[in-house]
Order: sequence, then C-alpha cells, then structure tokens
Amino acid sequence: MKELIQNILDLAKLKKVDYADIRVVRRQVQEIEVKNGNVEALTHDEDMGFGIRILFKGAWGFACSSKIRKKEMEDVFGKALKIARASSKARGEEILFVSRPPEIDRFKTSIAVDPFSIPLERKVDLLLSCDDIMRRHKKVKISEAFMGSYETEKTFASTEGSFIEQEIVECGAGIAATAIEGGEVQVRSYPNSFRGNFATRGYEWIESLALLEHAERVAEEAAQLLMAKSCPSKVTTVILDSSQLALQIHESIGHPVELDRILGTEASYAGTSFVKLEMVGSFRYGSPIVNIVADATFPGGLGTFGYDDEGVKAQRVPIIAQGILVNLLTSRETARHLGKESNGTMRADGWNRIPLIRMTNINLEPGEWTLEGMVADTEEGLLLSTNRSWSIDDKRINFQFGTEIGWEIKGGKIGEMVKNPTYTGITPQFWNSCDAIGNRDHWQMWGTPNCGKGEPGQVAHVGHGAAPARFRNVQVGVMK
Amino acid sequence: MIGRERSIPLLRKIVQQSSADQTEAVLLTEDSSLTRFTQSAIHQHVAERNGTLILRVVLGKRIAVVTTNLLKYSSLRDSLQKATSLAEVQRPNEAFISLPEPKPIPDVDTFSKKIDRLTPERKVRIIRDLFSIVRGKGLHVSGAFSHGKVELAVVNSLGVEAYQRYSDLFFHLIAENEMGSGYSSFVSRDPDQLDIDSLAREAIEKVSKGEPTEIGPGEYEVILEPYAVSELISFLGYLGFHALAVQEGRSFFCEEFGKKMVDEKVTIYDDGLDPEGLQVPFDFEGIPKQKVTFFEEGVARGVTYDSFTAAREGKSSTGHALIAPNTEGPIPINLFMKGGESSLEEMIRSVRKGIYVTRFHYINVVEPMKAVLTGMTRDGTFLIEDGEIKRPVKNLRFTESVLRALSRVSAVSRDRRVCSEGTVYSRRFVTGVVAPAIKIDGFNFSGVSAL
Repeated sequence: MKELIQNILDLAKLKKVDYADIRVVRRQVQEIEVKNGNVEALTHDEDMGFGIRILFKGAWGFACSSKIRKKEMEDVFGKALKIARASSKARGEEILFVSRPPEIDRFKTSIAVDPFSIPLERKVDLLLSCDDIMRRHKKVKISEAFMGSYETEKTFASTEGSFIEQEIVECGAGIAATAIEGGEVQVRSYPNSFRGNFATRGYEWIESLALLEHAERVAEEAAQLLMAKSCPSKVTTVILDSSQLALQIHESIGHPVELDRILGTEASYAGTSFVKLEMVGSFRYGSPIVNIVADATFPGGLGTFGYDDEGVKAQRVPIIAQGILVNLLTSRETARHLGKESNGTMRADGWNRIPLIRMTNINLEPGEWTLEGMVADTEEGLLLSTNRSWSIDDKRINFQFGTEIGWEIKGGKIGEMVKNPTYTGITPQFWNSCDAIGNRDHWQMWGTPNCGKGEPGQVAHVGHGAAPARFRNVQVGVMK
Repeated sequence: MIGRERSIPLLRKIVQQSSADQTEAVLLTEDSSLTRFTQSAIHQHVAERNGTLILRVVLGKRIAVVTTNLLKYSSLRDSLQKATSLAEVQRPNEAFISLPEPKPIPDVDTFSKKIDRLTPERKVRIIRDLFSIVRGKGLHVSGAFSHGKVELAVVNSLGVEAYQRYSDLFFHLIAENEMGSGYSSFVSRDPDQLDIDSLAREAIEKVSKGEPTEIGPGEYEVILEPYAVSELISFLGYLGFHALAVQEGRSFFCEEFGKKMVDEKVTIYDDGLDPEGLQVPFDFEGIPKQKVTFFEEGVARGVTYDSFTAAREGKSSTGHALIAPNTEGPIPINLFMKGGESSLEEMIRSVRKGIYVTRFHYINVVEPMKAVLTGMTRDGTFLIEDGEIKRPVKNLRFTESVLRALSRVSAVSRDRRVCSEGTVYSRRFVTGVVAPAIKIDGFNFSGVSAL
C-alpha cells in the first residue's frame, strides 16, 4: 500500500501541483437491530477505497475510487487534476494553504475489549433480553434494541511528507419502547434516543450502559406518557437533562461556529450561520457561566481521534469562554481568516468524501450545581429529558426541540409527568438565559453518530459533554 | 459502468454458489460528480466511482445481510461466506415467508448517453454562465451541480433478474444579496433539459427588493410552492404511507382507510413508471413498481408494500422495497400530488392576507400520528395582501399537522414540477417528488427568525 501511495505523491510532485493528499480508508460496520422479538437487521458492511485531493492553481480537485490498483489510482489522480484545473477558471480568492511540518505518526483508539471479538450470539441475546422485558408491558407495541460496532483504518499521506495511520474503534447501543393507544404514540428510550449512546471505546462501553437494568423503566415510562397531561403552553424555566442539552449544544453552538458555514461554503445545503467573523473575541454568546471547548482529545468521546483528515493533530480549544465567543472550528484553508492555525477539525465521511469542518467533542464545561439543588432552587418550571425532535433554521438562530418526556417543577420539587414537551428559542437569548449548570458528577459524554452536512451528504460522528443546565424564560408547549 | 451483460452473470454466479436456502444479490454502482459554488465562485468539485454489493441470505427464516464494495470475485465469495455464517447465528423471524418470485419488469428508458458530455470543463462553463447572469443583476449565487450514472442489478435464487441503468442531473441554486435570497432547482435524467437561464431567472425573481419585515406568528392563508409541498408530502410518505407503519400501529392511516381525511382536492400517489417523474421501474428486490394511491380525492386508500410486509397480510409486494436490511419500511420514493385547476397567479390573487412560501428548511416530526411537523421557511418568503405579493418577510417557523393543513386546501395549481434536493448520503439513487403549488386556508406559524 505504501508504494501505491508514494507513487501518487511522486506523480503529484511531477505534475507540480501546489499540494496533494491521499487517504486510503477501510471501514467495517456490524449492526444488530432487534424489534418486537425479531432480529430485524443483522448486518456486516465492509467498505474500502481511496480519495485524492489536489490543490492546483488555487483551486481544489478531488476524485476517488473503490478500486485500489496502481492504474486506477493514476487515473483518479488525473481526474482530480483535471477537475482542479477546470475549477481554477471559476474559483474565488486563491486558496492559501500554509505549509506545515510533516507528521509521521500512528494513532489507535484505546479500548479494553474489541467489540468485533464478542460473539454475535452474546450481543443478540442481550438485545433480545431487553426487547423481551419491554414487550411484557401490554401497552408497548414496538420494542427496539440496537447495537453497532465500527472500525475505521485510515492512512493519510501528503506531498508535505506527512504519513499518518489511524485505527478508530467505536461502538454503542440503546433500547426504545413505543407505547401506542387511542391514536397516540409515545416513545421512551435509554440511554438516548435514535439508537442509544456511542463512544470511541470497546465493548466495555456497551457493558457499562447496563441496558437490561433500564428496560422495565423505559417500557413503564412510555406507557405512563400515554396517560400524562400535555405540556402546557407558556414561558417558563426549563432544566434540560444532559442528553437533550448535548443536542442543544450541537445544533445551536457546534454548527454555528463552523467556519466553513460562516464563510458561506455550506450555503446551498446546510446553511450558513448567524455568527460573523468579527464577533470572535467580543460576542456574548451565553451567560458568564457558559464555557464551551472543542476537545478532540477527550478519551472515549465519539469525536475523538489522533489527527484530522488534513494531517493536523487533535486539539482541545476553547470556543466560548465565560460566555464570550473566543474561537471557531477551523481548517488549514480557513484558519487564516482568524489569523490562526487550523485547530484540526477537518474530517471526511470515508474515502469517497472530501474533508469538511466537523465538530469534534463540543463540550459544555461543568458548573457547580447538583441536579437536586437546581430543582430545589426552581420555583416553577419543567425538567425535560431525551430528545424526540429537532429543527433549526439555516442561520442556526431559531430552534425548536421536542423531548420524549418532561416533569413539572413546582415549589422546588419534581411534580407530574408531561407528554409531548416542546420548547423554542433564539440561540444567543437562550444561552444568555442559562443561570445554572450541573457539576462534574452530573457531567457525561454523549455520542452523536448522525451529524449530516455537505454535498454529497456526509455523516460525522461527534461528541458532546454536558451536565443538566437551567434556562430562564423559555417558550414551551409550541404545539398548542 | 459494469453493464447488464457482466453484472447479471456475476450476481447469478454468486447466488448459485450460495449454500443458503434463498439468496439475493444486489449490485449498485455509481460514477458521479458534484460541483459546489458559493459567493459566485467554485469551492468544491469532486468525482466518485464506487460499486456496492448487498447480499441477503436466508436459512429457513433466519436472515442476514452483508454489504461490501470489495468486488473482486474472491472477496465476494468471502462476503457470501460471511453472510451465511451471520445467518447461522441469527434467530428465526416467523413473519418472514420468502424472497419474492420474479415478475415481468416494464421496459423503461432511464438513461441518457448525453450525461457523458458533462466533463469538468463543460460543467464549469455552465456554472460560469450562471455567475454572469447573476452578476448582471448585482447578486451572487451558491449552489450545487451534480450528475451521475447509476446501475442497479438484482438477482435472487427464485429467478428474479433485473437490471437498470440510470442517468441523473440535479442543479440547485440560491441567488442572494444582503437582504434576502431566492431558490430554484432542477432535476432530470436528461441533461439536455437543463435550462440555466430560466433556472437563474426563477431564483433571481425571489431575491428581496427591499429589507424583509417581521410578521408575527399566527395562522395565515399560505401559498406553498411545489418545493415546499414536496417536502411535506415526503414526510407523509415516511410517517404513514407504507405498510410497516400501519402494521406497527404508528401510521396516521391506522383505522382510517376508506375515510375522508383531507380535502377532496388532494390526491397523492406513488408511481415509479410515470414519465413526468424520475422513473424507477423496479425496487431493490427486483419487483416492478405498481402505482399506489394514498389519498384519492381526500379519502385514505392504500399503502406501499415490500415482500416482507406484503406476506404478513397475504398480499403481493407493490414494488417498494428499499435496500436491505430496511427496518424503516417500504417508504414510497416516487411521490406525486395530482394537479388542480388553478394557475399560481390566480391562487395568489385569491389571498386576502397570507404568506407565500418557496421552500422549507430542516423539517422534523413533532407528533407522528397527527403528522405534526415543524420547520423554517427559507429562500423566498413573502407577504401577500389583497391578491398581490407585497414584500419579503423574515423567515417563519411553522408547527402544523400536515393532515390538518391538507384538509384546508382551497386551490391546487395545474402546473407541477419534479422536486429533488438531490443530496445523496451514502449510495447514490436520485428520485424526485412531483408536486403542484397549493393554497391552504389556515397554516400555523409558531415563530419568527431573529434575522
């Protein structure tokens, strides 16, 4: 493989391109999906190929193929060069790609137990057992359990002399119960909705989730939701649990601070951002207790890696400090707009996609509160848990979320359950209304394995650390 | 492109070598390119060649799926072995009866050789033409221009042998200035149909001529362009128009068949063979597409089936299987809404005070059984007063039951268009929704953008 890669880099030098890199990526995926007592999906997916990115006359060209052969690689190189040459005739400002010292390194996710080494029967048994417990509740009409194991091996090499090999292992699992009665559908899940919680860890992560211990509660709560009263429509105080807060961070902080969106290169699909370059250093994004870091080094985070897909080492970077926007997620091409170097966030969804600025682990730093103390300190409001739906505009400023479940808070105590909770807000107003954040005991990482962006579409695996937090004057009950 | 002559024998050979009771091999190849631009400059231009084999093996009632893009014959044999060993540890699914038997596939031409004329240079020339048009109006433009060739081949051990090659092209753009933006898009299997002048004109006409003003949330009459309509009915397809959603009791159609659910001006169906849409003659099980009507003059009629969901009810597949393993259900991908009697101009003239919506952004489900969705308007939202488009307004968030909205349809346009964002996650297979513009007498906007 090394020879095939070197052949392309030699070709790049021969053709006098400004810069070129090649990524060879092999990915294997094993997924098990159980529904209503049946293993509805038992799949193994193997995918391999290479992509060549060329900077020529100030424009990018990228081509890729699944056939890893010398002739095909040379053809694909030629295609990428042709594309870059054609694109240079309609490019904007010349791309300035400041050279970097070469990186020669290996990175491997630290795991205790390889998830692919666990017998399938054991995994299936676990999921079916959870499914069985949930289905015992007569109001549960759909019971689901999921487990996924992922391994990515990638080799990155560039004309700058970098040669980086990485092996990233991820896994995750979750369960969900859907209760249906009288034309109403209610869902509860654990540890998170939309298939569970994911991490760059081995099978020890799946075991730590203790899925079986939560199956009965999940089924019971789904059934209880059918009888619960509807979320009221009013402006009130809201406490978000850490899983819902993770998605709130994702949508209303993570995406808006992607510098490619700010510069407009996602305008035609995912949208742009209300954040402008000139806001960095002065814009009050949130209240003074809001501190956000982008941390690609956090052990176990789903957005944790060794190097990004343009050879920049993983970093931990403050994004919001004491409520003030202090940095953005950047790449080698875009960081110069801030007068900085890349903070290493360029990642591609496999060999057949170009790297884009993607979230790493975008974490809300813990505060000082216990959850109990936060509730006790709240005269009236709602505690909302587990995402059910999300929507945000193309500038990332007007959002609306729904959660699976909520509880009233009255006089500093948790009260009745409410169903179909929704809340809506304007991003900076919302984050400036944050007046309490849970402490480290309540803080945990959430893996988001379905972050969509780009054309052709790319799905990124990203992480968010959060503890429950309280927000004042929030509009809830939007469906009314 | 591998071609029918090579792909079918390859799949046949794999299926024949399988020791499983039943085996299905699906080959999906792609040769594509996508060019993106923003601020009237190209910033991304990519090309891809890939081929994926999806193997489904059945041992009794135990099913497993292996997917690979390592298409060397030796690798494919390994994948077959892998699939069989997975099936051996699988549990029987008692609801499974059989993979489908073959049925005649209609002869439909879904490929234009002209797609090969779209070289990188030619695509860049077309995009530069667009830049010139837009610059002439003092605007700039973002968008994407993609084209591709896709092959789908399906062979199973019961005799199904189906092959189809597809060409596709999509072009979508947003023209904008500091005050606002306008959208247009085009999708076709025939590159000759691309008319960049009219596409540019359509988007340019939407760009704000003045600062957008804020209009408060509330219920308004709305005119939804086909782009917006296509997004809403696609969600209905996902939530309720297919057999799995009904069988699981999570479709709004449950207990409602034969009843009038929406206005009689609403007829929605799926038809993979209608040449007005992007034709798809057979599904991912190699079964021919049948026309399925969901709403006929407002009355709930039917849903789509794949072989699995059909067998549960003793019925035949309607040809709506998606790529295995599919736990979401046989979601329809060739949706149509029947056109009406009105022109768009007549519809606008009939509005006393309302909102004109070009398209939506980031729609998601709030309450599935009532088809309550939320999303934002984007790229061309206007206030209509006394039958005229008066001025641009700030984008609005809607939170509304699509069923409730469709029960308030008071006019449907004669003209329809094929709508597709063309955005491709994972494997390329471009389809579209054919939709008219509609007028709804009461549509709930729950919030306003701060910008």
